[in-house]
Parts: sequence; structure tokens; C-alpha cells
Amino acid sequence: MTDHHSDIDSVSGKSTTGHEWDGIKELNTPLPRWWVITFYLTIVWAIAYWVVYPAWPLISSNTTGMFGYSSRADVAVELANLEKIRGDKMAALGTASLADIEKDPALLALARAKGKTVFGDNCAPCHGSGGAGAKGYPNLNDDDWLWGGTLDQIMQTIQFGARSGHAKTHEGQMLAFGKDGVLKPDEIVTVANYVRSLSGLSTRTGFDAAKGEKIFAENCVACHGDGGKGNQDMGAPNLTDKIWLYGSDEAALIETISQGRAGVMPAWEGRLDPATIKAMAVYVHSLGGGK
Amino acid sequence: MNKTVNPKDLTSDGDGPLYAARKKVYPQSVSGTFRRIKWGLMAVCLGVYYFLPFVRWNRGLGAPSQAVLIDLPNSRFYFFFIELWPQEVYYFTGLLIVAAVALFLMNSVGGRIWCGYLCPQTVWTDLFYAVERLIEGDRRERMKKDKSSDPLKLERISEIVLKHSIWLMIAWWTGGAWVLYFNDAPTLVKELVTFQAPMIAYIWIGILTATTYLLAGYMREQVCTYMCPWPRIQAALTDEWALNVTYRYDRGEKRTSVKKAAELRALGEQVGDCVDCYQCVAVCPTGIDIRNGPQMECIQCGLCIDACDNVMTKIGRPKRLIGYDNDINIHRRQEGKAPIYRIVRARTVVYSAIIAAIGGFMVYTLATRSLLDVNVLHDRNPVAVKLSDGSIRNAYTVRLLNKSGYDRVIAIDAEGPVNLAMHVVGADSVTPDRPMIVIPRDTTSELRLLVTAPAENNPEKSIPVRFHVMDIGLGVAASATDNFVAP
Repeated sequence: MTDHHSDIDSVSGKSTTGHEWDGIKELNTPLPRWWVITFYLTIVWAIAYWVVYPAWPLISSNTTGMFGYSSRADVAVELANLEKIRGDKMAALGTASLADIEKDPALLALARAKGKTVFGDNCAPCHGSGGAGAKGYPNLNDDDWLWGGTLDQIMQTIQFGARSGHAKTHEGQMLAFGKDGVLKPDEIVTVANYVRSLSGLSTRTGFDAAKGEKIFAENCVACHGDGGKGNQDMGAPNLTDKIWLYGSDEAALIETISQGRAGVMPAWEGRLDPATIKAMAVYVHSLGGGK
Repeated sequence: MNKTVNPKDLTSDGDGPLYAARKKVYPQSVSGTFRRIKWGLMAVCLGVYYFLPFVRWNRGLGAPSQAVLIDLPNSRFYFFFIELWPQEVYYFTGLLIVAAVALFLMNSVGGRIWCGYLCPQTVWTDLFYAVERLIEGDRRERMKKDKSSDPLKLERISEIVLKHSIWLMIAWWTGGAWVLYFNDAPTLVKELVTFQAPMIAYIWIGILTATTYLLAGYMREQVCTYMCPWPRIQAALTDEWALNVTYRYDRGEKRTSVKKAAELRALGEQVGDCVDCYQCVAVCPTGIDIRNGPQMECIQCGLCIDACDNVMTKIGRPKRLIGYDNDINIHRRQEGKAPIYRIVRARTVVYSAIIAAIGGFMVYTLATRSLLDVNVLHDRNPVAVKLSDGSIRNAYTVRLLNKSGYDRVIAIDAEGPVNLAMHVVGADSVTPDRPMIVIPRDTTSELRLLVTAPAENNPEKSIPVRFHVMDIGLGVAASATDNFVAP
């Protein structure tokens, strides 16, 4: 460092800062005044911000600011406004019949949009985000329905559930024929192969079809109907189609017949408002499988 | 303007003053060619800015009738016969590229034409200076009034009040015109004067009033010197052939007085034309001396040319001691050669070619763009669905775009999977497997489209499927492809 108190650069006539590198000196170029003022104003602004808005964390809470502002309260207000804006349209959804909603493009779009979000929040954990289902949880995109695939039937299932404990719930279950000692192990194997034969699947060698048909008639027809076509009043699946909720191989069928099946769908009445349930019924129906 | 620091001003810690105060500029009025050009361009620029929102354009009933309108709520941009949708924002990209290259071109031909004549900062500052001059008088009077330490008299106070009122009025109109581009202008004007316009309109007018007043009334040349990146970029873009506002020192030096010059000339000695009258400095809106050569602060407005020309005429010397020129010509004249001006050269040709190519491409795509479009998005979850009879179904979200000013009846066809059947959710097809949809004008329709095909006819894991949409009235068609996937 040289003494720079009177160090003037000879070329520009400006004073230097006194910093020198290999004979090159840095000129002293002060900031413009407006720039410095702006910089101080930002500091004032920051301090004002601490005072006006919630800013500093304390041990168990935080400073609340002069007006007690909170972004959470903002969200509440905005959500309330949104509800108000949607009010008329949601009311129209509440009063229109399910069939009318599907015929009106605007209502259909609204119901599908509403249904999609509500489905994501409430149904996706079991049925998957696109309603593709999983083992034990029906695929809602296909045309196979345990409790019926019309708009009214879908709505009823959503409202009251299946084996949900609700007074109006769908009831009926697959009994545990093995565990309860109704059928012997070899009979279960026989009837499992018979069920496979109903939808054209291969059967094990030496399988006695006549015996299987007899066991099926004595034990299964009551729910699954003649020929295994199923019964939607009892949630008994159609055994002649290509869709299997718990799998179609022999082991899966033996497990089903031995242990029984009783999947639960909760009732949504009371948890969701009627217009929302309607929207969801329309959404599920419009996935593609609706009757 | 950075003041040169006097060593005596340095404080005891030796770091000098923390900031440099602005040296206020008092540009003197001037008349001449470039001043006239500047008045003309100012009138055109401000005229376009303030009155364009009121120009009407008939687009039919129900569509906005404003020629230039940025309709944010409906996400549409209208420019006379052009209507752009948000997904066509690339036209703006093209426009920005053309604008940038046009700036490069201006720069390589005539220096900072943009800065000196067209930039809003220059135009509004010029207007504010004109108001200041009209009310407070020319350079000397204003300097005297600012320096005066006499107590304020009524006349002086009324001058100050009047000046700021007119400034604020201009600033208010600047903000006012801005918001008119975003809403139907006559309606909004009516709402604004009856205080029924939406709050956001007043907020924007307030913001633009404040920035105009501050930037054109107070910040002025400091915006160009400190805030704007363009002077630095311009400096990097210039070349030795570019014509810049230049003091022709070959003609001007040595500077001397009129009388002395006449005496010396009589003796046959070589003298410069510059008489050191400082008129070029007095009229400069950035307060610099052009005779010091090209400077970053210089916006090249040409007013010093006018000022110098007036002086040269008076003393009977040739005009354009300051003029659009370059160093090459100065050196050539010094060597006794004729100056050469090379406007057409590689740089300008390439810039022009880029402008022509991008501009031409934009015009071509705009002229041939389809007003009917279709986008298809395959369902991701589930990708494919097996139905109870074993056949396969895929679901697609189809978005139909009708950019025209009339409703369309659209028929949808698909090809790809063998024996396919098609269904649009919520639409009862009159014709089986050929859904027909009505899309209102200037809207998009989102449809859920289901394609079902037997598994035994379509054993592949994935089959390309092509969707054709056709306006059955006009025959306009569009198509999109996707895949039909097996579970």
C-alpha cells in the first residue's frame, strides 16, 4: 500500500484507492448518490418489514407484526372466496340429476374436474390415482362391476360403501369354505378348476368336471348364479369374464375359496357433501367403464 | 456524472467521499435538422402510444373490437387481423429476436439511433425538458433560478408548482394509456373517470405515473449512464465503419477565437474551426463534451450537431464540424483523401439477412397457420384397460382448438388398431364410431376419448394410432398421433 491521500492518476486526473497490482492502480470511482440512497432505503424497508409483518422466530412462536397478518388467514379468505365463486355452479350440480349432468357439457366438465380432485384426495389410496385399482381393489376403468356400473349404482356404492357398517351398505361376502370346514381340500381344488373352466382357462389334468359342477351347484350358485354369471345385488363377481379381482390362477382361486373374501369400501355419505358425491359418481362413470 | 475527486475532499480515513452527487444538467434549447427529426419522432412515438388503444377493428359480434388488445383474463393477444393464443408465444420470441437484430443493425449503420431518438427514456425526458424550458426558461435562467438563494417569491413558487403539475399530468397519462392496452379503451376510460374501474387499473396507473415522473423528471441521463445495460452492449457492437456522432478534430483543432483565427488565416497559418464556444456542451442532455471523443454517456441524439452547425453558419465556416462520421474518415481527410462511407458491408448485410429470414419465416408461419388444431394426451394411469370380454381399451384426453371466429362441427376419425371402436364421453354419436363435436368459436374443447379394440386382432404391445379431426362444413383438417397400448 502506498500513501494514497494525494495519489492522483495522471491520465484520468482521478484519485486512486491506493490499491496497486503490478503498477496498475485502482481509480476511486464513488457510487452515484441515488444508488447509495436506494441502498439505505432498502435497509429501512427491511426494518419496517420486521415491524409490520411476522418476521422473527421466537422460542415457541414468532413475532406477529403490527396487523397480525398471516398467510394462512389469506388462504382461508381465498378459499372462502373460491367457494363463493363456485357456489352457483356447485348448486347446479347438486340439483341436476346424474343423467342430466352427463348430457350437459358444462356440468359434465365441472363434475369431472371436481370428481378428479376429490378422487385423488379420497379414493386414490386404494383405487390408484387413475382408478386403475390393484389386487383386491377394483379397476374402475373397466366394464366389470361388482355392485353395478350405472350412474345410480356407482353413486349408491360411493354413498353407502360395501360392508362399511353403514345402515344402507352393500352386504354379502365370499364365505371361507375351507377354513369353516364346508369343503374338503380336494373338493376346493376341483371347484377351483371348474371355475377356471367357466372362462375358458386351462384346468389341471385329471380334473373331474362333473364333480366340480356338482360342488359349484351346491355351494356357489346361490350367490354367483347359474353358470357363474355373478349377481350385482350381492357383489358376487361374474366368474365367466376375463377380469379377476384376486387373480385367476389355481392357487389364487384356492385361497379365495378357502379363506373367503370381504373387501371393504367405506361409506362417503356424511364425509363428503351430496354434490361432491354426485361429481365423483359422474367422474368414475366417465372413466370409461360406466354402463 | 462522476465528479473528479479533489484530494482536499478526501476524508481522514483516506477513502474519499462515499458517493458522488449528480451534476445537474441544464440543456439549452437548440434548433436544426436533428432537433426537427427528434420532434417528429417524439410526436409519432407518443401519438402511437397514447392513441393506439382507441383504434377499433371489427372482429364480429362478441369479439373485442379493439385493434391492439392484450386480453389477459381470456389469454388472447389481438393485433389488428392477428389473434394469438398463449401457445403461440413463439411469435413474440421471433419478434424480440428481430427487434434485437434491428438494434444491432441500427448500431452498425448509425450508432445509438435507438438511444438518441426512439428510447422511451429519451422521448419522455425530452418532453419533460421541453415543459421545464417552457415554464422556467432556457439554460441560463434555470441555472440562475436554481442557484439563487433569495427567498421564494410567489412567481417562482407558481412556476415550480405548474412544472410539477404538468409533469405529473403527462406521467399520469402515460400510466393511463398503458392500462388501456389491457382492456376495452373507451369502456375503461369511462370507468376510470367515474371511479368504477378495477383497483388493479389504478394501481398500475399509479406505478407508471411514479416511474415516469421519477425517471423523466429526476433520474434522466443517470438512467442511461448507470441503470441501462444497453450503452455497454452498444459499445461492444460498434465497429470502425459505424457512423457515430463525432467531433471532426481534423477540422476543429487547434481551437481558437473567431478573431484570432481570422488573423492567423490571413497569415496563411493552419487553424481549426472550433471556436471553443461550448454550445455543443450547453445543449447536451447528458452534460458531456463531445470533443473528448466517443463516450459511454453519449446517447448520440445529434443536438450538438445542430448547435455547432448554427455557430458555423454564423461565423461563415462550413457546417458539420460535428457530424455522423468515423475515425477512418478523419484519418483519410488528414492524409488528404476523400472520405468513404461503407453502409453495405458484411456486418450490415448479415444483420439484414437475419432480420429478413426470421421476419419472413414469421410472416410465412403466421399466414399458413391452421385455425383448427388437435392435441392428444394418452392416459398415464392406467395406460391400458382390459375389459370383461378380453378386449383392450385406451383412454385419451383430446384437446380441440378452434381459433377461428365461428363455431365448428368436428368429426373425429381414428386409424391404427384393427377393428377399433371410438367413443367420446358425454357425446352421443349420431354416426357410430365417428364422434361429432361442436366447438364454439375461439375456444378449446377438452374431450375424453375412448378407443376399444379386440385383443386377438391387435397382438402388438403398442400400435401407432392417428386421430384425424375435420371441420365437416369447411373441410379443414388437423391430426395428431399417439399409441394404442396393450395391458
